Amino acid sequence: MTDTSNGRTGAAVRLDGVTFSYGEASMAFDLTVEAGSITAIMGPSGSGKSTLLNLVAGFETPKSGRVLIGDRDVAHEPPAARPLSMVFQENNLFAHLDVAQNVGLGRSPALRLTPSDRTAVSEALVRTGLGGKEHRLPRELSGGERQRVALARVLVRDRPVLLLDEPFASLGPALREDMLGLVADLHAERGMTVLFVTHQPEDARRIGETMVFLEDGKITAIGEVSKFFGKHGPEAFRRYIGSVAGSLQSHGIARKRT
Amino acid sequence: MRTGQTIDRRVTAGVVALAAIAILLGGAVAGLLTEAASNWAGAVAAFDGYMARVVRFTLWQAALSTILSVLPAIAVARALSRHPAFPGRGLILRLFAVPLALPAIVAALGVLALYGRAGYFAGIFSSLSGQAWPGAYGLSGILVAHVFFNLPLATRLFVEALDTVPADQWRLASQLGMRAGPSFRFVEWPVIRAALPGVAGLVFMLCITSFTIVLTLGGGPRATTLEVAIYQALRFDFDPARAVALTALQILLTAIVVAVLARLGANAVGDANLSVASPRVRDATPTETLLNSLVIALALLFVAGPMLATVLAGLQADLGRLAGESAVLKATATSLVLAILSALLAALLSLSLVMARRALQLQRRAGQRTLLERLTDTGAGFVLVVPSIVIGAGWFILLRYTGNVFLLAPVMVVTVNAVMAMPFAVRAIRPAYDAASERHEKLCALLGIAGRDRFRLIDWPALRRPLFTALAFAMALSLGDLGVIALFGSDAVQTLPYLLLARMGSYRTADAAGLALLLGLLCLALMTLADRLGRNRYD
Repeated sequence: MTDTSNGRTGAAVRLDGVTFSYGEASMAFDLTVEAGSITAIMGPSGSGKSTLLNLVAGFETPKSGRVLIGDRDVAHEPPAARPLSMVFQENNLFAHLDVAQNVGLGRSPALRLTPSDRTAVSEALVRTGLGGKEHRLPRELSGGERQRVALARVLVRDRPVLLLDEPFASLGPALREDMLGLVADLHAERGMTVLFVTHQPEDARRIGETMVFLEDGKITAIGEVSKFFGKHGPEAFRRYIGSVAGSLQSHGIARKRT
Repeated sequence: MRTGQTIDRRVTAGVVALAAIAILLGGAVAGLLTEAASNWAGAVAAFDGYMARVVRFTLWQAALSTILSVLPAIAVARALSRHPAFPGRGLILRLFAVPLALPAIVAALGVLALYGRAGYFAGIFSSLSGQAWPGAYGLSGILVAHVFFNLPLATRLFVEALDTVPADQWRLASQLGMRAGPSFRFVEWPVIRAALPGVAGLVFMLCITSFTIVLTLGGGPRATTLEVAIYQALRFDFDPARAVALTALQILLTAIVVAVLARLGANAVGDANLSVASPRVRDATPTETLLNSLVIALALLFVAGPMLATVLAGLQADLGRLAGESAVLKATATSLVLAILSALLAALLSLSLVMARRALQLQRRAGQRTLLERLTDTGAGFVLVVPSIVIGAGWFILLRYTGNVFLLAPVMVVTVNAVMAMPFAVRAIRPAYDAASERHEKLCALLGIAGRDRFRLIDWPALRRPLFTALAFAMALSLGDLGVIALFGSDAVQTLPYLLLARMGSYRTADAAGLALLLGLLCLALMTLADRLGRNRYD
C-alpha cells in the first residue's frame, strides 16, 4: 500500500514531533495516517485543523519535527514538490481561465499540454460530470460544479495524497452529499490517502474511516469514526457535537437577518 | 507562507527597484552635498534677504491659494451634494477632473488667454476699472491658476466625503425638518471638518511645490518661489551654491508639510475617483436652490473658462503651419518617446515594488514588518518629499563637470518623471495585484506555477488593465512636465512643454496657444484612457 511509484495507491502520512507557532498560538502534532485511508479531521474553530493540513501541504513550515509522506521527509519542500493535491473551500480555480485550462494546469504549470494530457483532462471532466463544459469560465458554473473542476484536477494530477480543506462547506446538503459520494468513488478507484477537514459530523460519518479530533492545537482523540459517534465516544468530542448543533442554529439565525 | 523560489525573485525585483530609486535620489543628494562642502561659505552666504523674501512668498502664495481653493470648494461641494439631480451634475464633476489631467503650462496659457493683458476679458476689465487692464501676472496670476487647479480637486474630494454620509442620516434630517442651516451644522459640517485638514494640506503641498505656474505667471523677484529660484540660480545666474541653499530649504519645507499631512492621515496622492450618482432625495427651499445653482454656475464658469480660452486661442493659431514645422514635429516625437520610456519605467518599478511588498507580507504572516517591507510599501511615497526640480538640480550640479550636462536631458527626463509617477502607478497596480495574489497564491504554490509561467498565465490577465492605467497616467504626467526639462533642456533636446515655454519667451503667443491645445488634448486623451481602463477593472 505504500508504493507510490504508479500513483495508483496512497502513501502514508506521518507528522513526527511537529511543532508550529503562529503569533501567540502554539501547536504540536504527532499523527500517523495509514496509506489509502480516509481520515476526517474535526475540532472547534481555531483548534488547528487547517494548520495541520497546511503543514502537510507545505503552506506552513514546522518549527521542528518531520513531515513524512511515504518514507520521504517533505517538511522543507515547497508545496508543488510534495506528492499531494489539495482542494480549498474556495479559490480553487483561476477565474480568467476556462474549465479545461484550470484542469490542465494540474498536468503542466506552464499549460503546455501534450495530446495525452488533453485526453486525461477530458476523461477527468467526464468522470466528474463536467463533460461538455470544457470551455466555460468559472463564473458560469455553480458552486458545486466549481468544486467538481477542482476534483477533476486532482484526478489528472494523480498524486498519492489528497487534502480537502472544507471544500463542500458552502454547498447545500444535497449537493454536499453528491460531492462526498464523488470523493468516495474517486477514492475507491485511485486508493489515495484522503485527509479532510470538516465541520459536519455527518460528512465524517458518510465517508470517514478514521477520526482525528483537535483541541487547542493538539490531537486530543483519535480512532474509528463509528466509535466516536457511539455512546462511548470521547467526552470532548460529544461536547463539541452538542456545541456544533448550537452554533449552527445561531448561524442560521444570523444569516436570515442579513 | 512558504511558496518557494518565486517569492525570492519578486523580492529581488523590489530590491532592484528600490536601489534604482535610491541611486536617483542619492545622486542628487551627492551633488548637493559635494557642492555644499566645496563652497560652504557660498552656500551659507546665500541665506540672505532675497532668500527670505522668496521663502515668504512661497508660503504666502501657497496659503492664499489654499484658502481661495478650499473655502469656495466647500460651498460648491455642498451645493452639488444638496442637489443630486442637478442638471449636468455628473458632467460637472467629470469636468472638474480635467484640470488634474492638464499640464500646468497649458493651464497657465489658458489663464493668460482669458485674464492676461491681451486676454479675452481684458476689454471688459479695462472698461470696468476705467484704466488699462494690467493682466493677471505676478501673485494674482499665480492665485488664479492655482485655484483653477485646486478648486475642482478640493470640490471632488469634499463631494466624495459628503457621499459617505449614510442615506439614513439624510432621511432623518429631512424628517426632523432640518433646513439648510441645521442640516449643514449637524450633517454636512462634521464630515467636511474631518476631510478639511487632509484636503487643505494636499492643496498647500501642491502649491508650495508648484513650478510651472510660478515660472510662467510669476513676475520677477517679487513673485518667485523656491523652486523657480533654484531654476534661475542654475540656468541664469549659474550660482550652484545658492541653488544648494535653496534646495535644502525646499526639502525642509516639503518634509515638514508631508510630515504634518501624514499626521493628519491625508492622502497625498491627489486623485479623486468617486461615484457620480448619489440617489438621495434632498429638500431645498427655492431660495436655497437658487443660491446653490448660482454657486455651481460660478464655479463652472471659473473652471471651464481657461479651458475654453485654451481651445479658442489654440484654434486661432496657424495650426497647419505649426504641424508642418520641423521643430514642432521633432519636439512632439521627442516628447512621445520620452513619455513612453518614462511610463514603461514607472510601471516596471511600481510593479516590482508591489510584488515585493506582497511577497514580503506573505513571508512574514504575523509579527513586525521588516524595514525592507516598509520601504517597498512607502518607498514610492518618498518622492513626494523631493520635487522633481530638486532631483534635477542635484544631478545638474553633480554632472556639470562631466562635460555637456544637456546631453543627459533624455535620461534625466525619463528617470525623474518615471519616479514622480510612481505613487500614482502603485495606486493603480497594487489593489489589483494584492487581490489576485489573495486568490491565487496558495493555488499557484500547490500547482507549482511560478516565475514566467505565473506572470503569463495568472498575473498578466489580472494586471493588464491596471498596468495600462498606470502607463497612460505616467505618460500623461511625463508628457506635460516642465520641471526637469526646464533645467536640462536645450536646442538639442526639446520637448513640447519646453518648446511651448520658448515660444512664450519669444512672444510668439499664437504658436504657444496652438502648442498648448495640442499638448492639452494629448494629455487629456491619455488621462481619459487611464480612467476608462481603471474603471472597467471590476467588470
